[in-house]
Amino acid sequence: MNELIRDVCYLAAAASFILALKWLSAVPTARRGVLIGVAGMVLAVSGTLIQKEIVEYKWIVIAFVLGTVVGVPLANIPMTAVPQRTALSHAFGALAAALVGTAEYYLKATKFTHFELSALALEVVLGFLTFTASLMAFGKLQELIPTRPITYKNQNIVNLGVLAAAIICSVLLVLDPTKSYLFPIIAGLALTFGVMLIVPIGGADMPTVISLLNSYAGLAASAMGFVLDNKLLIIAGALDGASGLILSIIMCKAMNRSFTNVLFGAFGQVQTASSGEVEQRTVRSATAEEAASFLEAASSVMVIPGYGMAVAQAQHKVRELFDVLQKKGVEMRFAIHPVAGRMPGHMNVLLAEADIPYDKLLEMEDANSDLPQVDVALVIGANDVTNPAARHDKNSPIYGMPIIDVDKARTVMVIKRSMNPGFAGVENELYFEPQTLMLFGDAKSFVSDLVKELSGGGGH
Amino acid sequence: MDPAHQGSSIVLLLYIFMLAAFIGFEVIRRVSPLLHTPLMSLTNAISAIAVVGAIGLAGKAETTFSTILGTVAVTASMINIVGGYLITYRMLRMFKKKEQIKK
Repeated sequence: MNELIRDVCYLAAAASFILALKWLSAVPTARRGVLIGVAGMVLAVSGTLIQKEIVEYKWIVIAFVLGTVVGVPLANIPMTAVPQRTALSHAFGALAAALVGTAEYYLKATKFTHFELSALALEVVLGFLTFTASLMAFGKLQELIPTRPITYKNQNIVNLGVLAAAIICSVLLVLDPTKSYLFPIIAGLALTFGVMLIVPIGGADMPTVISLLNSYAGLAASAMGFVLDNKLLIIAGALDGASGLILSIIMCKAMNRSFTNVLFGAFGQVQTASSGEVEQRTVRSATAEEAASFLEAASSVMVIPGYGMAVAQAQHKVRELFDVLQKKGVEMRFAIHPVAGRMPGHMNVLLAEADIPYDKLLEMEDANSDLPQVDVALVIGANDVTNPAARHDKNSPIYGMPIIDVDKARTVMVIKRSMNPGFAGVENELYFEPQTLMLFGDAKSFVSDLVKELSGGGGH
Repeated sequence: MDPAHQGSSIVLLLYIFMLAAFIGFEVIRRVSPLLHTPLMSLTNAISAIAVVGAIGLAGKAETTFSTILGTVAVTASMINIVGGYLITYRMLRMFKKKEQIKK
């Protein structure tokens, strides 16, 4: 009877997880999606707890309490830290899958079928490699370890060698489950591979890598479902795996790069050479006062925010600019590149937190169709995603990458600390265009100067 | 279990995986890029359903080793469940329309 109740709970939970994701597709229904997701989880956990095999509740209760004590503060971090938190949660999810797999192996290694053991090996390899890889990604995002890509000779061969060794050991173990000495070797190799996978990844590739780790963590959970013959786990893991995969494909497309290139390319370190003959071109710069008068005279303004805006913590000042321009009847909107920020959608969350209405946040395609009619495009902390070279310069390392067509706006203003090239090490042509004004300074203080100019005297 | 029966149950599980993956693709493809960050934190919380496997280990009291690993796994999953749902809800509350901000 208990088993029937559990199975019905699992069925309802699977349906509610699918509904949760469906409702998440648009803002008005999204919160309802979270609530039904919670309901599904409560049902599934309750259905599990009433099983006869569960004889000892002490450790479960302790773990629930511990998890809640750690989980609640992790949900209340500042929005700028969300990418790190996400990396950390992939690590926890993967660790859970890997540990369950490990325990199951030592409990009944020889009782598994070849198929179950293959799934178990997959669960353990994916789980352990995602665990260390996510911890490394966390370290890089939190800047505990250097964020620049670290490369050495034959790195890819070494990395693939470690992965191949883990797979070969797994196959041997599946063929002969009694060779239990292989198990710690597999776990060790997977843990090592996870670290090595992230070492050559640079900060700007994090959106893709985080999505990919999301997918791995989901697949590990799904593999656990095959081992335990648990259909709910298979479904939930497959949903998570599909989501991570879709997001990483979107991120790769937004950078015009392939998976292999992101994982093995170590992008953005010695590419300055390609900007070959840099003739001494002149840029026009402007003061906050001049920039403010352009903004005031405009009827529509498009802001192109990049990670630099988040680093400078300028989003709340940007909101003040939004308010003051709105009072003057100037429409200000935002053009969000898919890879802006450190994880998919990060920039939207940062701007939403600063109370920018979400209907002012435009996707790249919509922004590009509007930009020719925009009076002022204001670039804050973005660089490569605004470089027109991506459209026409076949020699540029970013050639083919979809960009925001900032140069089509009537006037372009770029807030930037200095003329240093961006992440890809590429000179940005945009800065030398005749309609471009460079606003040199820190994003936060420059925007607050603009706000002062606009709200102070009220123009010239 | 006889081999034929066992084979069909494997295929059944693979069918479930395939269908769930397709549903996942179709449902998630429709999620607005605006909400990609909450999407990732929500799917993360959902995949912490691994907790049901971990509860089995922590509660069956089979060996000390399995109880320890199970307890750690329940803790790790619970962190994701509690943290994941809460932060997703918190983020979604930030997305407001103009009129809602005025209030």
